[in-house]
Amino acid sequence: MMIPTVLILGAGSDMAVAIARKFAANNYAIQLAARKPELLHAQEQDLRIRHNVAVTSHGFDALDFESHVSFFQSLPVKPDVVICVFGYLGDQEKGQNDWQEASRILHTNYTGAVSILNVVAEDMAARKTGTIIGISSVAGDRGRMSNYLYGSAKAGFTAYLSGLRNRLFHAGVHVMSVQPGFVNTRMTEGLTLPPLLTAQPEEVANDIFKAASKKKNVVYSKWFWRYIMLIITSIPEFIFKKLKL
Amino acid sequence: MVKQLSNWGNYPILDCDESSFTQEEQLTQYVNTHDHIIARGNGRCYGDASLGEHSISTLRYDKVLQFDTENGIFECQAGITLDQVLAITVPRGWFLPVTPGTKFITIGGAVASDVHGKNHHAEGSFSNHVITMDVLTGVGFMSCSPENNPDLFWATCGGMGLTGIITKVQFRLKKIETAYIRQKQIKAENLDEIIRLFDEYKDYTYSMAWIDCLKKGKNFGRSILIVGEHATKEELSDKQKAAPLLLPDKLKLTIPFNLPSFVLNNFTVKAFNMLYYAKNYKKEMNGVVPYEPFFYPLDAIHHWNRGYGKQGFVQYQFVLPIDRKEGLAAIMHRISDKGWGSFLAVLKVFGKQDDLISFPMEGYTLALDFPVRKGLFPFLDELDALVLEYGGKLYLSKDARMQQEVFWKSYPNAERFANIINTYNPVGKFRSVQSDRLLITKP
Ligand SMILES: Cc1cc2nc3c(=O)[nH]c(=O)nc-3n(C[C@H](O)[C@H](O)[C@H](O)COP(=O)(O)OP(=O)(O)OC[C@H]3O[C@@H](n4cnc5c(N)ncnc54)[C@H](O)[C@@H]3O)c2cc1C
Repeated sequence: MMIPTVLILGAGSDMAVAIARKFAANNYAIQLAARKPELLHAQEQDLRIRHNVAVTSHGFDALDFESHVSFFQSLPVKPDVVICVFGYLGDQEKGQNDWQEASRILHTNYTGAVSILNVVAEDMAARKTGTIIGISSVAGDRGRMSNYLYGSAKAGFTAYLSGLRNRLFHAGVHVMSVQPGFVNTRMTEGLTLPPLLTAQPEEVANDIFKAASKKKNVVYSKWFWRYIMLIITSIPEFIFKKLKL
Repeated sequence: MVKQLSNWGNYPILDCDESSFTQEEQLTQYVNTHDHIIARGNGRCYGDASLGEHSISTLRYDKVLQFDTENGIFECQAGITLDQVLAITVPRGWFLPVTPGTKFITIGGAVASDVHGKNHHAEGSFSNHVITMDVLTGVGFMSCSPENNPDLFWATCGGMGLTGIITKVQFRLKKIETAYIRQKQIKAENLDEIIRLFDEYKDYTYSMAWIDCLKKGKNFGRSILIVGEHATKEELSDKQKAAPLLLPDKLKLTIPFNLPSFVLNNFTVKAFNMLYYAKNYKKEMNGVVPYEPFFYPLDAIHHWNRGYGKQGFVQYQFVLPIDRKEGLAAIMHRISDKGWGSFLAVLKVFGKQDDLISFPMEGYTLALDFPVRKGLFPFLDELDALVLEYGGKLYLSKDARMQQEVFWKSYPNAERFANIINTYNPVGKFRSVQSDRLLITKP
């Protein structure tokens, strides 16, 4: 059997490290892509030694939209699975009156993701095979005062993924959206997170792998976030706006 | 972010600012912009050695960099845990040269505490197998080995993070044919018998004893000696032979526990009891068991440390010189008279080791838990006085309360160690609550 390949976009994050290990443990060849590929050397070696799989690293900048086509064309092998892990939490308060920050949040989480996945989608649609996995966020399920810039970009990404799923279904390509809640990563290190609601990157990676093998459409990680968000989205707006969330 | 941190003993619990890093540059930047930093691995030391104003977690710095499967040489970032290392090396026929009683510690923690295992008398401590390592010291990144910057090397092995942050370690592994241990357990009636048994079985690579510190009278020091060797392929059962380097799945349910009941009395974790059969207990028992229950019997129960309740506990581990075994009896008598000792006491004989600041030295080492309660610390001060009297010392990695004079009097090279720290950590950038308490760094 052919060895499948997974492309991980935004490979340096903690979540990406865990996802790469999970796929490598299941005998996928790994393509790591990040802004500074020279920093991926240790991670490359780590995956090879732990799991005895082929690993390559590639330069990829989510904000350099122009480069996305040539980036994808330059890959040595076309991936069977593409996982869009990159994201930028940013600083909500700063972004409120600093367009630089706001646009970085929006473009990283939304435009950049759309730009590269459009390219991937065309390729997979033509080949009539493949899986696209987008890591969105529960923050996109409802805007809150504390992070609506990030949340709105993720909301857009979530809608994009569901539309893409609808379109590519007819081409035999599977699209899965992942909605993690709080995850214990370097990105969230400065935040106070409720321990019971916070997942470890390894748990999210396991959830993703399992759900992708079962061709799930939408997965929440941890699973109860689906119900938490169900409650949060059903609070009437006239009450919701009074809350300080 | 500032949060409440504590290590395995849940004592003390302190406010610490904890952050992490995944790249060398992030670490350098952090160290350049902060003071009062101490490395923290998996927090498996018991007390305050990895707590400080700024604890920097190494757990995300966990990449394997090289594994030479021909010669058994392994190189990794310091935050990888032993269980991850074993998962990589055992299926390829290599084992850790030295391992402590839990596999949930980091390689950085193994070096910084210079951990010992059941094979100390035969194979030394962890540092004896380190080829080279990189340390971010107070004067920048440096490589060191027994040949290259040896003063830094020896002050870092067992140096409790005070020379800086260990970032990379290269060490030698040990060849194994199987993932199994041929083990023998022998019951001893009392202290004299167990000491005699240690001597009789000293040719075994691995040995340790569970000892009852509370029994008085003729059963004073009753114990069980456990010795073992890595099993060869021929020694395995047919079932085990099918995949000699792979452990059976669902190991947790199949652990053939043979700990005597006193090891577990007043232990709150029922799961442990379920796995354990004290029935059929014979004078001598032999078997071939997976390596996990042999080396890590307590790892099968996560968080057994919580069994001691909110106040936490301290582990008291001391070593006495080999020719002062009367001290062992004297200290154990104190403990059994007081009736405060733990269900869990481990006795072991160390082989020769004479280096800068590591804990092991030729002699007897005893480790036992004491739940924190009123009067405990004065009582432990009394025990410290006995340890000093018999020429022994306490293990820094387990300590949370020793007074500074005890450290300075019992560690023969304390002064030299402090001087080397001054060279590599000149403004006391790296310091822990423990090092301030012991006045190794200035509070
Ligand atoms: C159940 C149990 C059984 C044990 N059995 C044994 C045993 O048999 N033998 C034995 O020797 N020990 C034993 N220990 C103690 C344990 O092995 C040591 O405390 C070890 O150092 C813990 O490593 P850690 O990664 O958790 O580090 P921590 O506990 O977080 O830190 C321990 C020390 O190492 C320093 N440190 C950690 N990482 C680095 C780094 N990268 N650079 C510089 N300094 C660093 C810290 O500053 C601190 O001083 C046991 C502990 C437990 C909980």
